[in-house]
Amino acid sequence: MRPAIFSFIAATFAVTLASGAGAANWSDQKVDPSAEQPEVPVAYEEGGRYFTEDDIPTYNIAEDGTVDWMTFSGFRRYHAECHVCHGPDGEGSTYAPKVKNSAIHMGYYDFVGVVVNGRGDGNSIMPHFGDNPNVMCYLDDIYVYLKARGMEAVPRGRPAKKEPKSDMIAEAENACMG
Amino acid sequence: MKKLQLFTSGIALCCASMALANDDLMTQMDDPKQWAIQTGDYENQRYSELDEITAENVGDLQVAWTFSTGVLRGHEGGPLVIGDVMYVHTPFPNTVYALDLSQEGKIIWKYEPKQDPNVIPVMCCDTVNRGVAYADGKIILHQADTTVVALDAETGEVEWEAVNGDPSIGETNTATVLPVKDKVIVGISGGEFGVRGHVTAYDLNSGEQVWRAYSVGPDDEMLVDPEKTTHLGKPVGENSSLNSWEGDQWKIGGGTTWGWFSADMEENLMYYGTGNPSTWNPAQRPGDNRWTMTVMARDIDTGMAKWFYQMTPHDEWDYDGVNENILTDQEIDGEMRKLLTRFDRNGLAYTMDRVSGELLVAEKFDPVVNWTTGVDMDPDSETYGRPQVVAQYSTLQNGEDVNSTGICPAALGTKDQQPASYSPRTQTFYVPTNHVCMDYEPFRVSYTAGQPYVGATLSMYPAPDSHGGMGNFIAWDNIKGEIKWSIPEQFSVWSGALATAGDVVFYGTLEGHLKAVDAETGEQLYQFKTPSGIIGNVMTYESDGKQYIAVLSGVGGWAGIGLAAGLTNPNDGLGAVGGYASLSDYTALGGQLTVFALPD
Repeated sequence: MRPAIFSFIAATFAVTLASGAGAANWSDQKVDPSAEQPEVPVAYEEGGRYFTEDDIPTYNIAEDGTVDWMTFSGFRRYHAECHVCHGPDGEGSTYAPKVKNSAIHMGYYDFVGVVVNGRGDGNSIMPHFGDNPNVMCYLDDIYVYLKARGMEAVPRGRPAKKEPKSDMIAEAENACMG
Repeated sequence: MKKLQLFTSGIALCCASMALANDDLMTQMDDPKQWAIQTGDYENQRYSELDEITAENVGDLQVAWTFSTGVLRGHEGGPLVIGDVMYVHTPFPNTVYALDLSQEGKIIWKYEPKQDPNVIPVMCCDTVNRGVAYADGKIILHQADTTVVALDAETGEVEWEAVNGDPSIGETNTATVLPVKDKVIVGISGGEFGVRGHVTAYDLNSGEQVWRAYSVGPDDEMLVDPEKTTHLGKPVGENSSLNSWEGDQWKIGGGTTWGWFSADMEENLMYYGTGNPSTWNPAQRPGDNRWTMTVMARDIDTGMAKWFYQMTPHDEWDYDGVNENILTDQEIDGEMRKLLTRFDRNGLAYTMDRVSGELLVAEKFDPVVNWTTGVDMDPDSETYGRPQVVAQYSTLQNGEDVNSTGICPAALGTKDQQPASYSPRTQTFYVPTNHVCMDYEPFRVSYTAGQPYVGATLSMYPAPDSHGGMGNFIAWDNIKGEIKWSIPEQFSVWSGALATAGDVVFYGTLEGHLKAVDAETGEQLYQFKTPSGIIGNVMTYESDGKQYIAVLSGVGGWAGIGLAAGLTNPNDGLGAVGGYASLSDYTALGGQLTVFALPD
């Protein structure tokens, strides 16, 4: 339930975000994984989803490398919907930024707002995905995956081990995709 | 004897062309001092008779002059030269420059179309454009937003505009156009957005639409005659496309037409290929999905289909069939044949009879290709002409939500759009290739107009157990179906090749090198590092008695997506991650024309 509310709030804020930081090409605004990142640590789990103490979705990587389902699902969806511009593993391309770093720098609400509404900066355009269920139904998945990439908590490529998909996640997916 | 036959067939071609009135472009293309069409000629040979630069002296090549295009995205295609004027185009916003070659490239005119930037995000894989065309005193530009515009070649003034598609449903353009007779023939992009592909002819003088032929759908909309249009010698029959789809999926079924066009004026036929069926998830579109992934021969005047050949029925890997069809007249078993040779994304090189559509040769042009054991060449077999799919690499048989690993080639194909060249002197094809494999996991997606409609996750990596690089530049014998020689390259070779009568072959690399190699041996004779990675096509022309070689630099396109940060092989485990070369270590964005010549 929480994520849906957040998406709605983010969408209403997003208009003001459109004039935010420019989307640099082939950019490399580095992330320091050792620095304190308040939107990363897991505070609690709910039906296979993980959240920070501020109720922001986050990833959970077990000691043996097993990733939570949302992170795995985000890997899959990212490489269908996003990688044709943002490159494999969120590493950026010649014309679209390294979104793995953006997921850390922008914060959850800005990130969601830009995906929902898109933004423009000269000839560099992020499309809006607000009416695309293949993206919107997996927005938190993609976000936590990219955050895990930005923190280098998961390596490049396909996560080898994953938690099973919880009933709650499956129900939400079916409801969203129709 | 062979030479004599080639010579006579050359004469036949020249006289047939003269019989056509008003064909300014044919005259311009016959003059080797010019480069009047992106593909070099209607045959798509990318071969020049110019021979001042030879295998002996190419090592002395120097940069003569350069020109910055002012745009920093992927630069595909190349310049044209007509008389003393060079026409240079850019990626979005698709600026066109006319440069005066007698004054070191001084700008005669510049045209910048007004386009809605919202077209940018619906272009899959960068805002490339493969160049302008020339005909009858006009420069024809097919913009990203699908507007076709004819400019006065002398002044840059707009003569007419035509709108070919609708970017709000994902219809865009990256390709050049084919001016032929009194028509301009254009294609469309958007296979990753569920666009239903088509090819359209516009009147060269007015811009009025003359005919449109869809790649999929009902016979009348496809300009197919069920009795006369053939597939491997047999009539296709009624509803040949509709019968190969389930339900209405064909309406968002892909088969886009963003590759190159060739034409045989004697036969009055034009040739092109159609792209992937939508989505990338094969389970969502049962059937052969005709006529996606198909080479098409159509009548130039009416658009009616003469023959089809579907290379990859029911695609499971995104092996778009859009690559160029190169037309040659060569001897097979003592008989002169009118041939069509194509290096398909699926890793097979096909040699066909371009009049009848008969399949003569189908062989792998990279030994790592593993999704198929080859094509059934037995005309009596039920599966005649079909590739035999290896179950292990079938993303359909493995099913939705299953990750099929180790498939070669990757979705970008053993070769993408980067065109090959052919030298009649060596009877050899020179082919820029990718040497990349992939894991591919299809899953269910839903369609929203104007939104990506992909339905698969894939990861790509250099071909395992090979030289570690991601590309090769090969010489190919299209009669034997064999590689003559192969040059390993660190990155995919994403630049169109040029062969010349000086027995030199040129190509560019993603690091930014222009390379010259010996046409016989492949020995490297020259290289120069231009300011950015090369995904453009090398061309040549003569000005004031001197031969020049020119190429656009400006890394991007599909290559700029996959290779910017380097590729990884998830199957290699953690240790190898980051171990492969990253293109961003070698080159940065650019947009520059570099022109080479021998010293005076």
